Amino acid sequence: MNVGIEHFLTVGALLFCLGLVVALSKRNAIGVLMGVELMLNAVNLTLITFSRFSVSEQPVTGHAFTVFVITVAAAEAAVALALAVSVYRNRQTVNVDQINLLKS
Amino acid sequence: MKQPFLVSDKWYDIRDLSNLSNEILHQVDRALPGEAAYILSPLLGFVFVFLLFVLPTQLYLGVLGERKIIGRMQSRYGPNRTGKFGVLQPIADAAKLLTKEALTPRYADKTIMYLAPVLFVMPAVMVWAVIPFGPEMIIADIPNSLVYYLAVSSVPTLVIFMGGWSHNNKYSLFGAIRIVAMGVSYEVPLVMALLGVVVMTGSLSLNGIVFWQDAFDIWLVALQPLAFAIFFICVSAELNRTPVDIAEAESELGSGYLTEYSGMKWGLFYGMDIAYALAASALGATIFFGGWSFFGLQDWVPSWLFFIGKLYAFYFLFIWTRGTLPRLRIDQLMAFCWKYLFPLALFNLFIVATERVIWTDGLDGEKGFVYIFAAANILATIVLVVTWARFLGYRPENQTTKPRLVNEAGGYVPVTPASGEGR
Amino acid sequence: MDGAGPTLAFWALSAVTLVAAGGVLVSRNLLHAVLFLILSFVGIAGFFLLLSAEFLAMAQVVIYVGAIAVLVLFAVLLTPAVGRDNGETRFIAPALLLSVALAAVFIFVIHDTTWNTVDEDPRATVESLGTALLGRWVLPFEIASVLLTAALVGAIMLVRSPEEEAEDGLA
Repeated sequence: MNVGIEHFLTVGALLFCLGLVVALSKRNAIGVLMGVELMLNAVNLTLITFSRFSVSEQPVTGHAFTVFVITVAAAEAAVALALAVSVYRNRQTVNVDQINLLKS
Repeated sequence: MKQPFLVSDKWYDIRDLSNLSNEILHQVDRALPGEAAYILSPLLGFVFVFLLFVLPTQLYLGVLGERKIIGRMQSRYGPNRTGKFGVLQPIADAAKLLTKEALTPRYADKTIMYLAPVLFVMPAVMVWAVIPFGPEMIIADIPNSLVYYLAVSSVPTLVIFMGGWSHNNKYSLFGAIRIVAMGVSYEVPLVMALLGVVVMTGSLSLNGIVFWQDAFDIWLVALQPLAFAIFFICVSAELNRTPVDIAEAESELGSGYLTEYSGMKWGLFYGMDIAYALAASALGATIFFGGWSFFGLQDWVPSWLFFIGKLYAFYFLFIWTRGTLPRLRIDQLMAFCWKYLFPLALFNLFIVATERVIWTDGLDGEKGFVYIFAAANILATIVLVVTWARFLGYRPENQTTKPRLVNEAGGYVPVTPASGEGR
Repeated sequence: MDGAGPTLAFWALSAVTLVAAGGVLVSRNLLHAVLFLILSFVGIAGFFLLLSAEFLAMAQVVIYVGAIAVLVLFAVLLTPAVGRDNGETRFIAPALLLSVALAAVFIFVIHDTTWNTVDEDPRATVESLGTALLGRWVLPFEIASVLLTAALVGAIMLVRSPEEEAEDGLA
């Protein structure tokens, strides 16, 4: 049994959906961030899959794009976790359903 | 690589043991069906490198030799009771560790606590896959083995964190947090220093770096002394060697992340720490001391002997610093990394990149200029180290040669036999 | 991609990655969730190796396992009073529904499309990646470095305590 592009894309899609559930449903802000990281990883996997299997004159474009995604993910993680720590200092919580100062 | 010798490429040509392993694989391929040789080849590399070289070295240089050398440095004998000169000490240690009671704290996270020592072993074995023992004696000759090494060696930090966190013990957690903070910080100047090497040699492969040093008849420690110094300090910080072993400081944390480990779980951490130190010595010997090459002599004498000799010399440097220097505080270490090593690594990278551009574009890569660069870099290293230290406020003339308390108490009066009550 | 080796590697890697991602979802302990996340990152690195992107696999291990996971661990440890609870809000049901639907759509599209693929290895080396990054993609590359600097400065400013700001006269 051969492994083709569909298999890799399916894994990427499932990983993305799992990450989506985590990002939408977790109470802890850090858990939400973990879901986002999973989704970014799924996107990277899909990009590399296309880069490997598709007919292209520039085979490294997918790789270059993945490098940028990894960079942005690192920056995003740093800022998001700094935000979480900062919120924790002010409110003693990082639960996203308790950060509701605007709620009447 | 053809070597000028009659038995070249025969299996009994001991100058290149890969001939032997290739011969074994060839015979297996003929005798057994299917992909047996394919599966056997990494196992053979594991046996050759890890079981026949790393493990004995670990036991005898890391456990016994290190203790004896440090003992001599501190005017002690070191272990000398088990067998002649203490040669059975590692075996006695292992037997003791195996028969010890394995304690587990009641509120520990048992899965992670048991998993951590096992996971700690895996990268220690994996890093040896890319270390070149000879021109062909390398388990996996991949084109970016330096990046592979850095990737694999960044995993143990997390494993140590798992081990430290799982005990539900404050001291363990302190040790774990310290090692994570320090590992992440010291990784930055380490990679910067190695980047200078990569820019100069134009190769991400460890074997390629050795070939470059062989071709230009120079070791990179002469060409980039600053990178070597930064590499050495950062590697000892990542390995928790004693001048910077702040994560397992016995006197303040009670061994840090190892506090609650006992028996062979502790033994795995201890043993694999030595294996990591050996792997780092192998990396340092490969990158900065020419690896298996020895100015052309490696065509006649087995090249792996040069490599192992350099590895031991590098490991002796680790033992030496461990036996000589006192432990630093965590804030001193972090400040030293970010304020001192990191700018120096940036300067180094800048200088090397400039030289590389001048060398390839202006001078057509002529061989002799490497030695001029080496002289310039040694000078630049001294100037940079001194000026940056002064810039950060370190004044050697203000440092008292005696401890301050002694001075304030009225000075130190040496006890001579004349004043010493007629002893 | 023929042969027993890649096929076996694919199934093993997908099992590890997806089980670990599921572990992030279901584990009750936040630290365990982080460790599952790391396992899933390692699985993705294995996929990169399988897709002959060696350099990116190593970069994945260095950056995700060595840096981002460490950041997440630090954030977990620096917010102690929350507890190590990894519970869900009441959005779990609609979120599950949404992603099951999304997964169904994805899988239908993936298996319905006729992909125009080649099965030869492009062998994207680190040299070609470097040439592409500093040649064709040099502007995004520089913008990414500016972004990283901005994120660094921003993160440092966000987590400064009021005392530190008073010390530096920035309050």
